[in-house]
Amino acid sequence: MGKTNIVKGILYLALTLLVIISFIPFYMMIINATRSNAEILQHGFTLLPGGALLDNYEILIQYMNLWRGFANSLFVAVCVTILSSYFSALTAFGFAVYNFKGRNFLFVVMLLLMMVPGQLGLIGFYDLIRTMGLLDTYIPLIIPPIASPFIVFFLRQFLQTTMHPSLLEAARIDGAKELTIFHKIGIPIMMPAVATMAIFTFIGSWNNYILPLVVLFSPEKYTLPVMMGALRGSQVAQNLGAMYLGIAISVVPIMIAFLFLSKYIITSISAGAVKE
Amino acid sequence: MKKLDYNGYLFIIPFFLVFITFTIYPILLTFYYSFTSYSGMGDPEFIGLANYTRLVTDPYFFRAFYNTMYIWGINFAFQLGIALLLAILFSDIRLRMRGLNFFRAAFYLPNLITIASVALLFGILLGWHHGTINHLLLDLGIISQPINWLNDPTTARWSVALIGAWMWFGHTFIILMAGISGISKDYFEAALIDGANRWQTLTNVTLPLLKPIMLYVLITSLIGGLQIFDLPMLITDGMGAPEGSLNTMVLYLYNQAFRFNNYGYAAAVAYGLFVITVVFSLITFKSMYRKNVKEG
Repeated sequence: MGKTNIVKGILYLALTLLVIISFIPFYMMIINATRSNAEILQHGFTLLPGGALLDNYEILIQYMNLWRGFANSLFVAVCVTILSSYFSALTAFGFAVYNFKGRNFLFVVMLLLMMVPGQLGLIGFYDLIRTMGLLDTYIPLIIPPIASPFIVFFLRQFLQTTMHPSLLEAARIDGAKELTIFHKIGIPIMMPAVATMAIFTFIGSWNNYILPLVVLFSPEKYTLPVMMGALRGSQVAQNLGAMYLGIAISVVPIMIAFLFLSKYIITSISAGAVKE
Repeated sequence: MKKLDYNGYLFIIPFFLVFITFTIYPILLTFYYSFTSYSGMGDPEFIGLANYTRLVTDPYFFRAFYNTMYIWGINFAFQLGIALLLAILFSDIRLRMRGLNFFRAAFYLPNLITIASVALLFGILLGWHHGTINHLLLDLGIISQPINWLNDPTTARWSVALIGAWMWFGHTFIILMAGISGISKDYFEAALIDGANRWQTLTNVTLPLLKPIMLYVLITSLIGGLQIFDLPMLITDGMGAPEGSLNTMVLYLYNQAFRFNNYGYAAAVAYGLFVITVVFSLITFKSMYRKNVKEG
């Protein structure tokens, strides 16, 4: 028994070390965000915060309003999540419930294109968006995710194992229209799976960098990642304290949200990964 | 057989309208542009296979491919190694490690942060004279001279690879744990009763049953790794400095298209990347499948 406890002690020590490795860059960032440029240049790393937080903030907001980037990212991610959840559920319901000509063919086409890397159509996508006059708008970021093959696939699998056809028959006998059946029966049944996918979609949209970078031009429309990229080439980069603060502003709210939501996020990753 | 019901079309029409417009059509349009010299202005001029002959002889593209694989290889080795060790540790029924939920959450956090922020953060943490990491290592006496991490091809690639591993090991750990929890407890208990030691349990029970999940992790990581872009772009000058060692395939594609307005050639690069992805995925599938057959 004694030996096991020593082994376990060492293992927990190693795990704690790994936790520290996961957190230390963020810790350095938060500490440095409160220190002036001169302090960072002269004294290197300290464990305790400095007193230059407000100065750094004033320098930062002269050049860039990261809160605006936050709001933009939030707007895009919420729209994407709602639209892609709703339309994916609709499509999955269509595939799972109705039998129509070409159903299997369309489903297979969808699955095959699921494997295609996102960059394959990037040039054509950019050209199409330009032809449509939609550059520098959020439409190319919000509308295309309506067609998310993986989510449709996941929801269809879920429906096939959880939904009993007699439920739909009963509703039809009661005179419900097909779309009403979807809203009143389909969506409630799919809700757990939709929530799982919604978390994924939100994180994916939030972290998307290449598409907004290509599509957006006006700094006030930039999403957070694009704004972060712009921070690098701006005057702020001269002042390390302000730079760290800018990065911290983009990171800390996510860390706080994660504190409350980590359980759901982790469940959704597990559910999304293990496909039977 | 259910009887035909055409209501289904109404449900899938929005999806396919958007899918055809914004996914399939752009893929075909890109394919067309790959046979043209198109600068984004005027009309694309058809030049046959010229872009593709350029691609297969382009040393920069091969260099980008090499860089991408180099970075992904190190990244994946560390990411999977750590995640697997953690998963084995937490699934050991004799050790009964506690705090799984806490550790999973703690290890996952770096993955949630926007890669642009991570790139910027490490870009300045790894600075030469004033970077916090060099200051820390000097203070601890680990190094005697500041290291110019992002100015040397080897340390730059390793930095990007290890930052990637730092971001992703928690994610892989969660997936492996989900896979292990899908394995029936009976197998582990049977192994315990049969007197199997830890190593035997691992090699005869856990790893073989985890193979489908490992394949999933390998393929998703490979496809993601072939597309690595944000981190190399933002951690140095956006052109793959130092000495082009961080110039990955997607970064090359991006710069060809949106920096140099070589849309035609960039389209060919996109298709080159696609072919490489398909070939690698097939090889992975095949090799995993063959091993399964041998053992079965």
